[in-house]
Amino acid sequence: MLKRMRRRYLGLKIDCDEMLGSGEFMSAVWDAVLRLYGEYGASRAALALIDYDAAKKLVILRTSHTTAGMVRAALASITKVHDRPVAVHVLAVSGTIRALSEKMMEKHT
Amino acid sequence: MKRKYADLHVCPDLGNDGQVARMIRKTSELGYQLMAIPLPQNLPEEKIRTLQDVCGECKIDFASRVDLRPRTSNELIKSLRKLRRRFEIIAVMCESKHIARQAAKDRRVDLLSFPGHDRRRGFFDKAEAELASNALACLEIDLKPLLTQGGRERIRLLSSLRREVATAVDFHVPVVVSSGASNELLMRKPREAAALTSLFGLDEVSALEAVSKNPMAIVKRSREKLSTRFVAPGIRLIRRGKDC
Repeated sequence: MLKRMRRRYLGLKIDCDEMLGSGEFMSAVWDAVLRLYGEYGASRAALALIDYDAAKKLVILRTSHTTAGMVRAALASITKVHDRPVAVHVLAVSGTIRALSEKMMEKHT
Repeated sequence: MKRKYADLHVCPDLGNDGQVARMIRKTSELGYQLMAIPLPQNLPEEKIRTLQDVCGECKIDFASRVDLRPRTSNELIKSLRKLRRRFEIIAVMCESKHIARQAAKDRRVDLLSFPGHDRRRGFFDKAEAELASNALACLEIDLKPLLTQGGRERIRLLSSLRREVATAVDFHVPVVVSSGASNELLMRKPREAAALTSLFGLDEVSALEAVSKNPMAIVKRSREKLSTRFVAPGIRLIRRGKDC
């Protein structure tokens, strides 16, 4: 029987003066993963954008649990999005969206 | 017990008070409990006290640090004699092999740094690691070049770092990971810094120690030595008086 893929949800905060579009942000994430781990690594990451709040600069990203460390390193390596200086910080990591939302709420209050 | 994190190399422009305050606040927000800023050798005590006050407001501990870039071994020894009792952390930027050797064997040196652009020359080899291991010096790795470089430069840097870290681990030389950040956007949370170290082969436990236990131990050791109660390693004054 095929084993169910375990996932990790990452709550992110974008540190940037300007507002970024979700497409721009995701292409920066994919570029960072590709640069550091290549196409094979990127294929294992199973990245998906779950939620993007451009006003609050909060993002929820999904990845496979085995590659959460890789994605964390790739996110930390992002310094620019379309020549605009940016830093991406991981606020919380969780196995479910609900638990992640609770953790992020805790950190924001 | 909750882990305490330290960034021993935050590099704001000391002439820009606003930026200094912003970077101190940011370091605290990112979850660090201790930070060090490299200071000029002749910085007045008042300025250091001001920095301590700003850090106190942001609820973060401040350690004074000086970066030495000597050209000869004698110059290094002279600087160490002059500065060891004035600063809590002494880092030596090893730009040549003989400086690297002298710094590694001198117990007054806390951190050995190697220039990011010149790491291929491999000053941190087995002999260097053995000396550093006996003298309690740590290998410092800045994340700034890793973030700012790209392409072939970064590939070469990662390859050199991997070799250096493997040598350090073999000889039990503690590794300290610092940001080296000159602006807020180059600063990373401790766990992000630890994640980046996986790129050059540090395992998760060692990576977390490189941003917590190892830098904290340097500052603790230095403060103990600088305290008036310190006599020799392992011996300190408990009480003064006629009945002792």
